This record gives sequence, structure tokens and C-alpha cells, in this order.
Amino acid sequence: MISEAPISRSMVVESKPSAIVGVCKEILSKLENNGFSKEDIFAVHLAMEEAFLNAVKHGNKMDAAKNVKIDYSLDPDKIEISMADEGDGFEPEAVADPRWGDGLYKPEGRGLLLMNSYMDVVRFNERGNCVYMVRYKEKPRITERESQTKL
Amino acid sequence: MAGIKPRISVEYAGDATIVTFTDEKILEEKDIKALQESIMSVIEQAERINLILDFGNVRFLSSAVLGLLIRLSKRIYERDGSLKLCSINPKIYEIFKITRLTKTFDICKDVESAVEGLYRAN
Repeated sequence: MISEAPISRSMVVESKPSAIVGVCKEILSKLENNGFSKEDIFAVHLAMEEAFLNAVKHGNKMDAAKNVKIDYSLDPDKIEISMADEGDGFEPEAVADPRWGDGLYKPEGRGLLLMNSYMDVVRFNERGNCVYMVRYKEKPRITERESQTKL
Repeated sequence: MAGIKPRISVEYAGDATIVTFTDEKILEEKDIKALQESIMSVIEQAERINLILDFGNVRFLSSAVLGLLIRLSKRIYERDGSLKLCSINPKIYEIFKITRLTKTFDICKDVESAVEGLYRAN
């Protein structure tokens, strides 16, 4: 049965990697109930895991006293997710691309790349401690006119 | 007492050591740490290991697993061994492609081709 009503929820979870499990279960089952594809569900799951681990490890420095605030909003066309940690933030542009040079051989640094690859929108606030992500159910198509203009 | 489910199984085929991940999802840091310990001990036991990592059961993993693979590969190459990955499903392979780790790792279709590849190299 597909549910069409928009759903919004806000929650605060502790800074433990396993704390995302329940949140993922909730969001992913709602995606399934709302007709999102297996590809969408995989993508959102991966992005959420990466974003949460970044928030816990890099944002909150694994401090159990700190929390991560997660907001999500689901409608028939898209899922929007925000995650905010209590850290000082960072500059996403300053993160080295892990696909080239020495980065390719480093064990860390791929979370942001995967978030950007699997979500349609990934934006950070100015401070860099809150990420906003969107995955659309159906991707906007470039019209013939737009594609001609680009050439 | 609850049984602890082993996270890997280990088999041998000629010169090859085949380590199969048993979990469908490899996400949590503690699980990845446990995997690192188990696989490192397999690597350390051999003088010069030809390791094949079988991803046949894996349906989901995070980037932390990619980090684990890089650490494993560094140790293996320090000891003059070889590493092949195999049986990676298309969704997981996409993660390797996006991160360009298809250029770093030798990825084979299945265990048989990975073992064959070892003998061709020798």
C-alpha cells in the first residue's frame, strides 16, 4: 500500500555509530511504503550511514555527551534529510578528493564523495556542522531545448 | 550463552587463501575492527599470502570497509603477497567505481576466476 501523505519528523540521537540503525530502519521502510525504488533506498541508506558517521566521528569527536539532530521530510516525490552535530564544523571544499593522487591510497575520506554521488542535493550550512540532503524519486530530465543551449 | 557468529570463513585452494565475508551488511565500526583483526591474523599466519576476499554474501557496506581493504592490502604487499576481490554485486561494485578503487584493487568475477588469475600470474 503506498502512503501519499507528507511525513516529517525530528529526532535527537546519541553520538554512537550504532544509534543510526533505528533511524535508518524507520526512514527506509517509509521509503519502501511510498514507492521509492531499491536504488533510491540503497542510496539513501548509504548516504545516511556516511553522514552520521561523519557527524559522530569528525563533528562530535566520538563524545558520548554530544548528540546528532536528525530531521527528515518525506513526500511522494522526494526525501529530505538534515543531520546536525555539535562540533565546530568544517569546510567541505577543503576536503581532498580521494579519487586522485595519494588520496586513493588513504583508508579514510570517502564518505563525502559517496554522499555527493548518491544524493541529488548535498549542502552544508555555513559553519559546516549541518548537512542537508535530498534524493528525488524521479530525476529531473534535461529538456531538448536545455540540452541544445548547453552545446 | 549466545553463540558468536563468525564474520569470515576461511578456505584454501592450492596457493590461495579464500576469505569469505559472512555478513550481508558490514557497517558498524566494531564489526569492521573485528574483521580487521580476523583477517590480519590470517595474513600474519602465512609467509606470503595470496588472499582472495569473497564478497558473495555482502549486500551493503560503508566507506569504512573500503578503508579496511586499503589497510589489508598495504599489509599484504609489505609481505610480498597478493590480493584479489571477487563476487562483488553490481550495487557494491558501483561504490568501488565511484571511489576509483577499481583502479587499486584486482576485482574478479568469482572465486574461480580469482584463483585462475593467480596461476596465470605465476
